[in-house]
Amino acid sequence: MKVVVTASGQSLDAQVDPRFGRAAYLIVVDTETGAWSAHDNVQNLNAAQGAGIQAADTVSRLGAEALITGHCGPNAFRTLASAGIKVMVGAQGTVSEAIEAFKSGALTPTDAPNVAGHWT
Amino acid sequence: MRERRIIAIASGKGGTGKTTIAVNLAAVMEGPVAYVDCDVEEPNGHIFLKPAITAANSVAIPVPIVDKEKCTGCARCVTACRYNALACVKGRVLVFTELCHGCGGCMLACPEHAISECDHEIGVVETGRANDICFVQGRLKIGVAMSPPLIRAAKAASPSEGTVILDAPPGTSCPVIAAVKDSDFVVLVTEPTPFGLHDLTLAVDTVRQIGIPFGVVVNRCDIGDDRVTDYCQREEIPILIEIPDDRRIAEAYSRGCMAVESLPDVRPFFLQLDLRIRDLLSAPNGVQSAT
Repeated sequence: MKVVVTASGQSLDAQVDPRFGRAAYLIVVDTETGAWSAHDNVQNLNAAQGAGIQAADTVSRLGAEALITGHCGPNAFRTLASAGIKVMVGAQGTVSEAIEAFKSGALTPTDAPNVAGHWT
Repeated sequence: MRERRIIAIASGKGGTGKTTIAVNLAAVMEGPVAYVDCDVEEPNGHIFLKPAITAANSVAIPVPIVDKEKCTGCARCVTACRYNALACVKGRVLVFTELCHGCGGCMLACPEHAISECDHEIGVVETGRANDICFVQGRLKIGVAMSPPLIRAAKAASPSEGTVILDAPPGTSCPVIAAVKDSDFVVLVTEPTPFGLHDLTLAVDTVRQIGIPFGVVVNRCDIGDDRVTDYCQREEIPILIEIPDDRRIAEAYSRGCMAVESLPDVRPFFLQLDLRIRDLLSAPNGVQSAT
């Protein structure tokens, strides 16, 4: 299963970026094979508005079935839900630790955004 | 028909006294005068002018509707949108109405002609009279972030002759540009404090770029320091009037009273302001504008 984790750096050792739309990097991890790749999110990081929507669009285009992040606002959630992507919020630690938490079932999908828009 | 002259009252910094200057200037002017509250996020000129509102017109922007039958999910509309108001997931376009600026770009970009537009209400323009003053104000709907179209609608509802005073929002961003654009003169209201000076320089840069003649009103001129007046001298910017810090003006304001009505000795400041603006507008070589 392909999963996207928001990260503050470009490796599995990087900390999970608690922001979704304006996360520094999106890391795609294949939970079966362990293969991964980092994608920079600079375009959305600097967007005047709608960063969450476009980051969700990116996650969908990366072919992910689930997203692991800290927080997710209403517009991003609506986009992710329309794409059929499960959203796991409240992730902490490194990207690797977040993936392990997901595999062990410690992270469960949310059925609603956990923050208002522009929460930062 | 009388000519129309439009005077915008603006400032970089908020709370310098734009509304106080605008409503009191409107009150002392002779001949047909209109007051237009372009501070549509928080219009408060009505508190002082106490107009009788006689008409209210809804203002809307066009937002896209996507025909699901015709849409092929090519996402060209998403690429065209500069405001991130569209997303395309699983071949379906999602519209985020509250982010849309109503530019129509998505409609032009769609090769299938699958996008049409519908009205999205952003606010209301109210018109009425306050004694001899024609009163217009825009009121932005709560939760709406986009004020320029409403500001333009409020300006369009102002009379076609006489003096029109535009009470602009604070700052130097799009709403301010929408308000002061096409004015004949801009009055920049400031206070002699570091914040007042800092934001005045931003406002001056903005007005110079638009190329409108302008002058400065220094409000509460006896607080702070001389840096605002030094700056104006250095930049050859006319100081129109300086109003002293007077507790009675603040008290009148706090009661929603017009300073020129409750305090006769304040009236000459505004008569002088009117005179200075007229002088500068009729100067043979015009007044300082661009560069």
